[in-house]
Amino acid sequence: MAKKIIELQNLVKTYKVGDTEVQALRGVSYSVEEGDFVAIMGPSGSGKSTLMNIIGCLDKPTSGKYTLEGEDVSTFDKNKLARIRNQKIGFVFQTFNLLSRTSAIENVELPLLYSNVHTKQMHERALAALESVGLKNRAHHKTNQLSGGEQQRIAIARALLNNPSLILADEPTGNLDTKTSSEIMDIFTKLNVEKGITMVMVTHEPDIAAYARKRIYVRDGRIIRED
Amino acid sequence: MNILRTSRIALRALARNKMRSFLTALGIIIGVGAVIAMVSLGEGAKKGVEERFNAMGTNLLFVSPGSRNSHGVHSGGGGWQSLKPEDAAAIETQCDAVKFTSSSTNTRAQVVYGNKNWNTSVQGTGARYPEIRNWEIETGTFFDEAQVKAGAKVCVLGSEVKKSLFEDEDAIGKVLRVKQIPFRVLGVLKSKGESGGWFNRDDMIAVPYTTVMKRLQGVEYISSIDIQAISMAQTVEAKRQIEELLRIRHKIAPGAEDDFQVRNMSEIAEGAAQSTQILGILLGSIASISLLVGGIGIMNIMLVSVTERIREIGIRMAVGAREKDILLQFLTEAVVLSVLGGALGVAFGIGSSKLMKFIPIFAQWKTIVSPGAIVLAFVFSASVGIFFGFYPARKASKLDPIEALRYE
Repeated sequence: MAKKIIELQNLVKTYKVGDTEVQALRGVSYSVEEGDFVAIMGPSGSGKSTLMNIIGCLDKPTSGKYTLEGEDVSTFDKNKLARIRNQKIGFVFQTFNLLSRTSAIENVELPLLYSNVHTKQMHERALAALESVGLKNRAHHKTNQLSGGEQQRIAIARALLNNPSLILADEPTGNLDTKTSSEIMDIFTKLNVEKGITMVMVTHEPDIAAYARKRIYVRDGRIIRED
Repeated sequence: MNILRTSRIALRALARNKMRSFLTALGIIIGVGAVIAMVSLGEGAKKGVEERFNAMGTNLLFVSPGSRNSHGVHSGGGGWQSLKPEDAAAIETQCDAVKFTSSSTNTRAQVVYGNKNWNTSVQGTGARYPEIRNWEIETGTFFDEAQVKAGAKVCVLGSEVKKSLFEDEDAIGKVLRVKQIPFRVLGVLKSKGESGGWFNRDDMIAVPYTTVMKRLQGVEYISSIDIQAISMAQTVEAKRQIEELLRIRHKIAPGAEDDFQVRNMSEIAEGAAQSTQILGILLGSIASISLLVGGIGIMNIMLVSVTERIREIGIRMAVGAREKDILLQFLTEAVVLSVLGGALGVAFGIGSSKLMKFIPIFAQWKTIVSPGAIVLAFVFSASVGIFFGFYPARKASKLDPIEALRYE
């Protein structure tokens, strides 16, 4: 039985919008095994983004427990969560979220700025990450000189930088054409199979979700189906 | 995150938008530049005044009419007419701590030679004026006691007047007109040059005071008496003797207010030094206001910058930046901006102080750049950066990463 990297126990998330209370998550329980590839699907407003944010330690649940690699992170303060995001989790976003007018390698290095790594090492590791996504030769090009697919690959390289155990992707192919999308998904698959990195991905496209090993369906703040 | 790395990140971020960074720093550049330039002016003025007084010698005393309380400003009832030439003569003969005296009375007049004329200060003086005032003759001679006694129509020119009326021509023996009265030129005084005053000391002519009193002004009183004590050590004694003598001569009852004032050089020098100091502080303070405005400018632009970079802040937080990392980054950007602005401002300030020589109105004003002002300017601009940069930096650090990432 593989180790559980993510354990969610009865996660509830409510927040206030003006005078009304919105219940984004109404008790979600799920576990993800190490090395697994899970896709989270659901309509807008289903709570899948909220779930993703909690798993990614960008947000804390109102109640419930979240254990990441054996640590209960649901009680961590902002600084500790930031540390987790730096060391254990890599993010890939739909809109790439790279720094504009900045070179590829500077973008990839970004996480290392916030950890205690020497400047020289930073550079080496960034180059290695770029190589693993096949973009070493574009290291010094600026973001506006790169195509969408290339930008997403740089985002992936950035996510890989601190050797995370978990990569979270939020609609990673949302802004890409079909051909580039499948290139990106191939990279994810490679990372998952060859390097054993756990992948959790949010998507609304069934053919992208097909790349995952498991799929969970979220509606109205609850998981309604798994396959 | 160490300081060096933070500074480099800050510099890189500022370099991404060079024009905006420059415009933001402009407020500080001008502010610091203005402060440095103004302080240099103030220092120059102070030094100039000091030098003038030193050049005049240290065993000088001045007697002027009017009581101490009115500080030489006209008090009521003819207080300003209380000094007579006889007083000066009495002081010279009866006070043994006094070496010479020279009566003074001044007026302004149009001086004409040929087709040239010049409005200048006419200083009525005694024959001892050059010695008392430490002012040598360049060419010719000064008038003597006999000419003073006779009220002769002779004059000695300051170098500026000589230049304006005679240019390169020899002035000795020529006749010019002062208020239509012909005066013969006896000599020309050496140029004293400028030293931070508000007027040109060489722009004057010296005429026997008797002549000024009788022919130019038609009065019986003099406006002041210059006195040289026999030595610097004796100035205090001299002052005492003069005061005693004048009280008797002017029939001032014991306990009543004097109708004159005796001041020695150092008192006057101190007074002048104080007022130039106040002037310097005033100039500096006004210039500092522009520094303050520069700081507000930085704060505004940093706020705009934070708003524009909300997405970027979100990204940084997502990859692990903590609140204090973001705070430090933006604060450093503000400080780097203001310190660089300060450096440029110092250069600008020093440059404009030196360039003042070329602007006609300011050409006479000396400037001295003080290292103290430069250090202060740097410290001040760094503080402005920290103070005005703090609020925007804090705002940035308090952003919610999820909201920030969603920001369009």
